[in-house]
Amino acid sequence: MDEDGFRAAVAAGTLGSEEQHRALLQSIVDVARAIFGAKASSIFLFDEATEELVFEAVSGEGEGDLVGMRLPASTGISGWVLVTRQPLAIDDLANDPRYVRSVGEQTGYVPNAMMVVPLLHGEAVLGTLSVLDPPEGTRFGVAEMDLLGLFAAQAAIGLDLLQRARRAHDILANDRSTAAVVARVAAALDRRDDDAGTRLLTALESLLEQQ
Amino acid sequence: MSEAVPAWSLPAAGVAGIALTNMWPEPPTREWAFGGSTGAGARVCILDSGVDASHPLVAPLDSAVAVELGDDGEISIVPDELGDVCGHGTACAGVVRSIAPDCSLHSVRVLGAGATGSGELILAGLRHAVEQGFDVINLSLSTTKKRFAETLHDLADGAYFRRTLLVAAAHNMPVESYPWRFSSVISVGSHEEDDPLVWYANPSPPVEFFARGVDVNVAWPGGGTMRCTGNSFAAPNVAALCALALAKHPELTAPQVKSLLYLTATNTQGA
Repeated sequence: MDEDGFRAAVAAGTLGSEEQHRALLQSIVDVARAIFGAKASSIFLFDEATEELVFEAVSGEGEGDLVGMRLPASTGISGWVLVTRQPLAIDDLANDPRYVRSVGEQTGYVPNAMMVVPLLHGEAVLGTLSVLDPPEGTRFGVAEMDLLGLFAAQAAIGLDLLQRARRAHDILANDRSTAAVVARVAAALDRRDDDAGTRLLTALESLLEQQ
Repeated sequence: MSEAVPAWSLPAAGVAGIALTNMWPEPPTREWAFGGSTGAGARVCILDSGVDASHPLVAPLDSAVAVELGDDGEISIVPDELGDVCGHGTACAGVVRSIAPDCSLHSVRVLGAGATGSGELILAGLRHAVEQGFDVINLSLSTTKKRFAETLHDLADGAYFRRTLLVAAAHNMPVESYPWRFSSVISVGSHEEDDPLVWYANPSPPVEFFARGVDVNVAWPGGGTMRCTGNSFAAPNVAALCALALAKHPELTAPQVKSLLYLTATNTQGA
């Protein structure tokens, strides 16, 4: 394991688990949905290896069913946003037979209006954040686009943390070096509720210092 | 246009040879700038996901090429057989056609062949488009890769001096992206009025102009339209205005066209 990989592994063990990062993303889509009074909100992760978009978090319509579902990345509305890096809002989607067929059949929900922004972190595009169907009688205008654009920075950080954690966990799980074992032990002890872990490590440290 | 030999200095004997027309004795009016122009003679390039040449709100398309990345990493420019791979370019082309109905439309496809690696393709496509000497190039896209910024900047400045106007959608997000921020590019954000002939000059750049970008009825794959909102659709509105002005006044330079947009903006003229 190289130094960066070791740091990443230790960080993953001590800074948060997959569940915690998922909870962060879930909170982001819950808040996005509440801010805009929308029927649903979702985060797509861009899987570079397969050129697909993966539902990572969903609030509202589709919650519970869609996480993990994959769609091709280079087509569709979120695909537009991903490749152009430009935020976009669309009305009347329910009247587009192509969209209804491609997404509606897979997700079981066809929004009438949607607003999508790219999730940009540093130089990378990590995915997209969508807000679907605003309250009756309202629409997505420039102020809403600007607000979602700002909010997207938070979502991008959350998605970046999740990806880093996954990479680090992969390193931890597959590496047989002493450093990886120490990192795995540190991560396991960190997950305990009591202070037994700290006491054990402190005792081990004292023992090693005495030799 | 043919490239003139650069003038690095001005000898006394050369002064008479560069006499220029003083066309603007007073603030130009919209009538002077655009009146009667349909864009005929102006060549507008859509650098995007390709353009559906058969869409009734877009046709005719006078040329289409695709920038492709080969398995060996080599970039090539080939005739585009696919048209529009996702619909974004067709939507932009339709906005231009609706305002400058007789302009000559061209497509350079740089998007759609995957969501990554697009920075290289955008660079190669833009270089190609500038070499073709289009009057206006619309870029409703950007890259966040810093390593492309310097080359993009050089290309944008080169276009500016060759009388090719780059019109780019501004990025209303807290990230660094290119090339819309460069001063040799005309950057466009959205206003909420439903009128393509309402545009505002922004006294606080880097977004330089605001044009119609909310609830725009854009050309949609399959031949219909869809109501869309985004700076992606405000940029081609301004690209079309540039085409109208250049069709009527082909002698205008890039900085003059930008000044003309400022002087005829809704908030400077009350037009």
